Amino acid sequence: MSRSYLPHWIHWLGSPPNFYRFAGALRPWLMAIALISAVVGLYGGLVLAPPDYQQGDAYRIIFIHVPSAWMSLFIYATMAVAGLVALVWRVKLAEVIAMECAPIGAAFTLVTLVTGSLWGKPMWGTWWTWDARLTSELVLLFLYLGVIGLYNAFEDHRRGARAASLLALVGIVNLPIVHYSVQWWNTLHQGTTVNFLDPARSSIAPSMLWPLLVMALATHLYFFASLLGRARTSLLSLESGKQWVRALVGGQPASTTGAPT
Amino acid sequence: MGGYAIYVWPAYAVFFVVLAWDWFAPGLRRRRLTRELRGKLARERTRNTRTPRAEVST
Repeated sequence: MSRSYLPHWIHWLGSPPNFYRFAGALRPWLMAIALISAVVGLYGGLVLAPPDYQQGDAYRIIFIHVPSAWMSLFIYATMAVAGLVALVWRVKLAEVIAMECAPIGAAFTLVTLVTGSLWGKPMWGTWWTWDARLTSELVLLFLYLGVIGLYNAFEDHRRGARAASLLALVGIVNLPIVHYSVQWWNTLHQGTTVNFLDPARSSIAPSMLWPLLVMALATHLYFFASLLGRARTSLLSLESGKQWVRALVGGQPASTTGAPT
Repeated sequence: MGGYAIYVWPAYAVFFVVLAWDWFAPGLRRRRLTRELRGKLARERTRNTRTPRAEVST
């Protein structure tokens, strides 16, 4: 066994039928907690938190814009790690995870760009500007779309997944550029307001910070729920010839009902 | 919303519409896939009952 140094449960979970059942059981719970945290976070952000002293109520876009932006980076990192596993060990489940990350990441990146635009118009007086933060986030969207396009360009899904995983790995250089763009360049985009390493340096009031963090929790949980659902569908499609899928879809295995007696 | 409602609410609408699409699109794909697989299995079953394998190979 070449991979015997891995814990037993990883082997167990790496098997598509096991993962399918596990993901199906876990998904509703993740989504339920995500929805509850979203309700709590939005109540805190839209009702309890006071207006900003400079930006008035326009700043309230932060409660969806910043969690979406964090997700756009987090999902890309997840996709790249799964893509690395897919390339090195050729694990089918890792290919599926990497490829199903891309549409969710693209969705969050799109939300980040559009909500940022809707925030930029009243604050900066423009919907769009080619500054470092905005441009690198747009490049991130194109990377996601490139991964999706490359994956679908191949007749053989496994080859497509490996090619797209390679693109995902190359594109990881963009992540630090997005993150540090507000420090490296003189941008119109405001600097970091939440500092996780040094909370005392965060320039955001606690009444605004906690709804933001709760929304970040909600979007993370949502991502995992969505990913599990997408991975299940993808496994059904990729393994459609296998016995476990036939038994699941057809109710009974074809071999026992088809033979004439 | 202090005059900013025209920007804030569309932002929230975009957030929920895009994520709703992300949540429901795979479900549609899944239903289509299951239907196709069911049809394929049913066709295999009727073919197996009509023409036993021995006759086909000769």
